Amino acid sequence: MQRIGVFICWCGSNIAATVDVKRVAEAIKAEPGVVYSADYQYMCSENGQQLLKNAIKEHNLTGVVIGSCSPRMHEATFRRAAAEAGLNPYMLEVANIREQCSWIHKDMDEATEKALILIRTAIAKVRLNTPLQEGESPVTKRALVIGGGIAGIQAALDIAEAGFEVDIVEKNATIGGRMAQLDKTFPTLDCSACILTPKMVDCAQSDKIDILSYSEVEEVKGFVGNFKVKIRKKARYVDEKKCTGCKVCMEKCPSKKGLNEFNMNLNNRTAIYIPFAQAIPNVAVIDPEQCIKLKTGKCGICQKFCGAGAINYEMKDEFVDREYGAIVVATGFRPINIDAFNEYGYSDNADVITSLELERLMNAAGPTNGVLLRPSDKTHPKVITFIQCVGSRDVSGCGKPYCSKVCCMYTAKHAMLIREKYPDTEVHVFYIDVRTPGKNYDEFYRRAVEQYGVDYIKGMVGKVYNENGKLMVQGSNLIDNEQVIIPSDLVVLATAIEPEPSVRKIATLLTASIDTNNFMNESHPKLRPVESPTAGVYLAGMCQGPKDIPETVSQASACAAKVIGLLVKDKLKTNPCVAHCNEMMCNGCSQCANVCAYGAITYVDKEFRIGGGKTEVRRVASVNPAVCQGCGACTVTCPSGAMDLSGFSSKQIMSEVEAICKR
Amino acid sequence: MDKTEMTEIMKEISGTDVRKCMKCGKCSGRCPAYKDMDIKPHQFVTMLEKGKVEELLNCSAIWNCFSCMACVERCPRGVAPAQVIEAVRTTFTRAQNNNGLAAEDIPPIVDELIPQQLLVSAYRKYNK
Repeated sequence: MQRIGVFICWCGSNIAATVDVKRVAEAIKAEPGVVYSADYQYMCSENGQQLLKNAIKEHNLTGVVIGSCSPRMHEATFRRAAAEAGLNPYMLEVANIREQCSWIHKDMDEATEKALILIRTAIAKVRLNTPLQEGESPVTKRALVIGGGIAGIQAALDIAEAGFEVDIVEKNATIGGRMAQLDKTFPTLDCSACILTPKMVDCAQSDKIDILSYSEVEEVKGFVGNFKVKIRKKARYVDEKKCTGCKVCMEKCPSKKGLNEFNMNLNNRTAIYIPFAQAIPNVAVIDPEQCIKLKTGKCGICQKFCGAGAINYEMKDEFVDREYGAIVVATGFRPINIDAFNEYGYSDNADVITSLELERLMNAAGPTNGVLLRPSDKTHPKVITFIQCVGSRDVSGCGKPYCSKVCCMYTAKHAMLIREKYPDTEVHVFYIDVRTPGKNYDEFYRRAVEQYGVDYIKGMVGKVYNENGKLMVQGSNLIDNEQVIIPSDLVVLATAIEPEPSVRKIATLLTASIDTNNFMNESHPKLRPVESPTAGVYLAGMCQGPKDIPETVSQASACAAKVIGLLVKDKLKTNPCVAHCNEMMCNGCSQCANVCAYGAITYVDKEFRIGGGKTEVRRVASVNPAVCQGCGACTVTCPSGAMDLSGFSSKQIMSEVEAICKR
Repeated sequence: MDKTEMTEIMKEISGTDVRKCMKCGKCSGRCPAYKDMDIKPHQFVTMLEKGKVEELLNCSAIWNCFSCMACVERCPRGVAPAQVIEAVRTTFTRAQNNNGLAAEDIPPIVDELIPQQLLVSAYRKYNK
């Protein structure tokens, strides 16, 4: 018979105001097996833990129930205290009488009654608890960063700085990401490339960082400390080791009509290309959709002119298998498709552009070499109208319900840069709210208004139409309560951002969760903001939520700190609450292996004695305890009841159900 | 009927949640009847939220609204200003004990693309 101790926490007034803790502690003494019962103001405090430890020793407790907050909050705290007093930590259970009782009830009698039931339930479980031992698993001292934008670059640099090896897997031909496309950065207006490219070069030169560009994560197996990842290196048709980045191939390539994605399709590029001048690696890539040789078999001009002999039309996708201890997801964002917003005429007018397109039109390395010319007739726009919240804060179904966070600031930046460079240009901004929290941010926006005379109009645009070559922007001016029409030469839409869609696949591969907007979920929105709920997976940058460059860099460095904290460990403790198979009952049907999301179950042929000195060989399930996450899917799938979960056995759960139902 | 009660009835008839409005003015930015509206579409939403029913019932805009539904179409928050306007109009005609709509008035051929709201409001307006 177990000797069980019960501790009821008041949680200040959080529990005690709704649950009569004294009555609970008194009533529970009558439960069979309970030899000690107490209540205390804060069980999680130093004194509360001491009370627990003393009671375990004095009363020779073999099992403990704590009635307190959710086990997610303090189970680890209490189990640690129990272990210090010499009790196996898995002999302690937490009954949640706060979140699931006191917080949601008003009536004291009802809540007290429910608290009693919840604690009796936990007691019923503890009676069947058995001591469990944590195992150990090794840690592979290498990290994987998925995505080579500023988030991935910063995380990789920081991890490498601590002496660990890092691989960056980037699906595009170069690292750099969205930040490489930007012109200037707010709020200091320093050139984006000037601050990004040195970091790219640092990545390339670091002996700890391996950049796998033009590659994608194909398969992920394993668990924290021991991830096994298959990476597809897409055929770039150019030997990375031989190519010198001389660009002769680009000069000679006859297929010049490909859309230049880096310039937001505003100009063309050749079939063989290097995305931009400071690309890392500075190696060409062939677009197989556009290459004449790959499509028709005739041409081969680039191969003929390549002095390094780097071109290889026979190249195939390659697969690389690597092992990692930790994974950082930094997959970034893209602007949403705004075709559904026909009121702004984006699809119909070349001079209605998105903000990212404007970035390229303003960029010295862009299609116009930094001279602001409107796309239709390559003339200087004299009146430019910005429209904010295009697709952001939109619950109509066309856009996104969230605020994209960066648009207010980059529009202020654009307006200011245009007024600075072309003072004769008239700039209007239609806005719903101007949101500029952050260091030096509101000052930045006010400078656009006060110093540069940008005309901010409170109101939204209802339609944009073309009248004799002028873009008529019709909208509300809510302050003056009038409808205004502004004849403009260029209209810039502050398009909402969304997570890069490949994040869905990555999240699935990592069994990490994403929210309804495809942003990766963090483990706790305030206290664990860079950790995914999946152990060993960390989140940096826009994949987790809208954020600007300073925030992205901070998050990436935070990720690196978490990764380093993991990789310095030689061994990780493994959760002993894992599945195990009763081989005498297993019929070898494979259903458990089919539902296992972690690949923890394999089948083995085993010899069994069947009496009379005879044996037979049967096929039975075998669980790898290091891979099993203890989710319990196999236990409910098993038709013969052979699968059971340590710490959450079917018997324990049934005894809990009985305790709840017993009146 | 007191003001609070009237406000609640209008909100119910409108079938829209006026608190969802984030005051962007896109409805009024699009309204083709804007010049003839003494109360603008976005103001209808805010004024109903604030319970300014007398001003709403005495305006001329309820008779000048085209019921073209452009404001409903454009609203990023799923608020329907035209339905608020219709609610005010309905409250007005009901107070006069004259709904103005008879079944036989409905033309035999109705274009399926015409929003039902438009037909209903048109009968309200022109059957007085």
